[in-house]
Amino acid sequence: MTVSVRTLALWGAAVAVLAFLLLPLLLVLVFAFDASSVQVWPIRGVSFKWFVATWADEEVRNALFISLEVAVLATALATVLGTLAAVGMNGLSSRVVQVGSFFLTLPIALPGVLTGIAMNSFFTVCDIPFTLLTLVIAHTTFCTVIIFSNVMARLRRLPPSLMEAAQDMGATPLRGFVTITLPLLGGAIASGMLLAFALSFDEVIVSTFTAGTQTTLPLWIFGAIRLGQHMPEVNVVVFVVVAVTLLPIIWGQKLAASVSRE
Amino acid sequence: MQDNATTGAMAVGLSGLTKSYDRGRPVLKGIDLEICPGEFFTMLGPSGSGKTTTLRLIGGFELPDAGQVTLLGRDVTRLPPYQRDVNTMFQDYALFPHMSLRDNVAYGMKIRGVGAAERTERAQQALDMVHLDAVSDRRPSQLSGGQRQRVALARALVNKPKLILLDEPLGALDLKLRREMQVELKRIQKQTGITFVYVTHDQEEALSMSDRIAVFSEGVIEQVGTPQELYERPASRFVARFIGSSSILGGEHGCAILLRPEDVRMEPHGYTPTPDEDILPGVVEEIAYLGPVTRCQVQRMETGACVTAMVPSRTARTLQEGMAVVAVWAKDVAYPLPR
Repeated sequence: MTVSVRTLALWGAAVAVLAFLLLPLLLVLVFAFDASSVQVWPIRGVSFKWFVATWADEEVRNALFISLEVAVLATALATVLGTLAAVGMNGLSSRVVQVGSFFLTLPIALPGVLTGIAMNSFFTVCDIPFTLLTLVIAHTTFCTVIIFSNVMARLRRLPPSLMEAAQDMGATPLRGFVTITLPLLGGAIASGMLLAFALSFDEVIVSTFTAGTQTTLPLWIFGAIRLGQHMPEVNVVVFVVVAVTLLPIIWGQKLAASVSRE
Repeated sequence: MQDNATTGAMAVGLSGLTKSYDRGRPVLKGIDLEICPGEFFTMLGPSGSGKTTTLRLIGGFELPDAGQVTLLGRDVTRLPPYQRDVNTMFQDYALFPHMSLRDNVAYGMKIRGVGAAERTERAQQALDMVHLDAVSDRRPSQLSGGQRQRVALARALVNKPKLILLDEPLGALDLKLRREMQVELKRIQKQTGITFVYVTHDQEEALSMSDRIAVFSEGVIEQVGTPQELYERPASRFVARFIGSSSILGGEHGCAILLRPEDVRMEPHGYTPTPDEDILPGVVEEIAYLGPVTRCQVQRMETGACVTAMVPSRTARTLQEGMAVVAVWAKDVAYPLPR
C-alpha cells in the first residue's frame, strides 16, 4: 500500500510540474482554434477561421517565408562550417580542441543580447546594411555551434583505426574521409541540422538586433503582442512556430538515439 | 634502390629506428631487424616494449625520428600507408560499421578500381576462406568477436599483399577461440605464403606459431631467433624469464645458470647425485597442482637459492609443503646465461 501511495504522489508531482510548464502553451494552442475574437475561457467553439485569416495576412506570410529562408540558409552554412571545424580540430591536441571549442561555442554561451549587440555594432561599423544576409550570418554563428558539437561528439567515438584501415587499403586521406568518416558522421550531421533549423526558426533576441526592416515570425509575434493587436492571429502563429520547431527537434533526437545505438 | 634490391630483398628491413613520443620518453631506442619473405615473424614483448610502435612504423602509421624502413629492398620510410603494399589486421579489427562484410572486404579493391563483378567474387572467396561466406550481407555489428576477427583477416588477405601486419589480433578472444584461430592463422599463412608480422605479448602464442621471434624490451630487441633458440639458448635474463618459466641460479664467478622446470626432478632428502648430476637440497616452499603436472618450488634455506620443478602429478603425490627434499638435474641441461 505504502508503495502505491508513494507512486501516486510521485506521479502527482510529475503531472503538476508538467502542467506548470506546459499549460500556458497549451492554452495558446487551444485559443488558436477559438471561434470568437475575444479570448475568454472556455472557448466558444472550435473553428479554423483564424488560420484562414492569418494565412490571408500578407505580413504574416512574408514573415513565415523570411523565417524559413533564414533557417534553411543558416543551417546549410552552419552544416559546412561546423562539420569542417569539428573534422579539422579532431586530430589536434586536446588543449587546442578545448580552446577552439570554447571560442566556437561562445555565441550560444553568451546571452543573446550580447551576441545581438555585438553583431549590430559590427555590421554598423563595417557599413553593412541590415538585410536577409545579416540575419543569416547572425543565425549561422549559433547554428554552427550545434553542428560542431554534434559532429565532434560523434568523431570522438569513432576509433582512429577506421581511418588508418582505409589508408591501409590504399585510400588517400581524402578518399578515406569521403567513403568512411563522412557516412559515419551522416546521422550526427542530420540531427544537428534539424536542431539548428529549429533553433534558428524560433530565435528572437539576436534577430531583433540584426533584422533591420525584415520581420521573422517570432519577431512578428513579439511586435503584435507589444501592440496588443491581432491576438487571435498571434495564437495561430504560435501554433505554427511550435509545430515547426518541435517536429525537427523530436526527429533529430530520434536520429541521434539511433546513431548512438550503432 | 637498385643496390638494396639486389642485396637479398628482405620482406622487411629495419635499421636504426628510433622514436619518442611527446619529445620525452623514447619508445624505440634503435631497432635493427630483417624479416625474410614468407616468414611467420613474431614481435614479442611486454606492453610498452615498442613492438606495436615498430609494427606501426612498418605500416606507415608513424614516422620514425631516425632510421630506415625497407619493404622488399625499397625504402618506404617516408611513404604514407596508402602507398605501401602492406595490409594490417588491427587490434580492434577496424571494420567499417556502415558496410556489409562483403563491402568491407572489397573496400581495397574498390579504391583500386577493380570491377564490380571481380570485386564481389574475390571478396566472396576471401570470406569463404575464413568460413563466413554465408553471412556476407551482414553488418559487422551483427557478428561475434571471433567472426569480426575473421572478417578483418579476410580483408587483409583479399588484396594479396606481400606482407600482412597483425597487431595482437587474438587479444580479445577467449582461450578456446584463441587456440582455434592460432591454428587457422598459421594454416592460412602457410597456404598463401604471405609474410606475416605478428605482434603479441603472449609467449605461448609466439612459440607455437612463429618461424622466428624478436623479443622486445624497453625499446630494444633483446634477441631474435627461432622458438627453440629462444627457449633453449636465451641471450639474456630478460628473455629467459619472459619465455617459458625458469629458475636462474647465480653460479660461481658471477655466472648465472638457467634451469627449465621440466628438467628438474625431485628426490627424497639424503639423495646422492651421480657424477653428471647437480643438486639443490632444500625444503618444498610451494606446490601447485596443474593437472598433468605439478609445479613445485624448492628453496635452500641457507642461501635463499630457489629452483622450480615441473614433475608429473602422479609422482608428486607424496610431496608436501615444508618437506625436506633434493632438487636434481643433469649437469648438461643447465644453460649458462650470457652476462
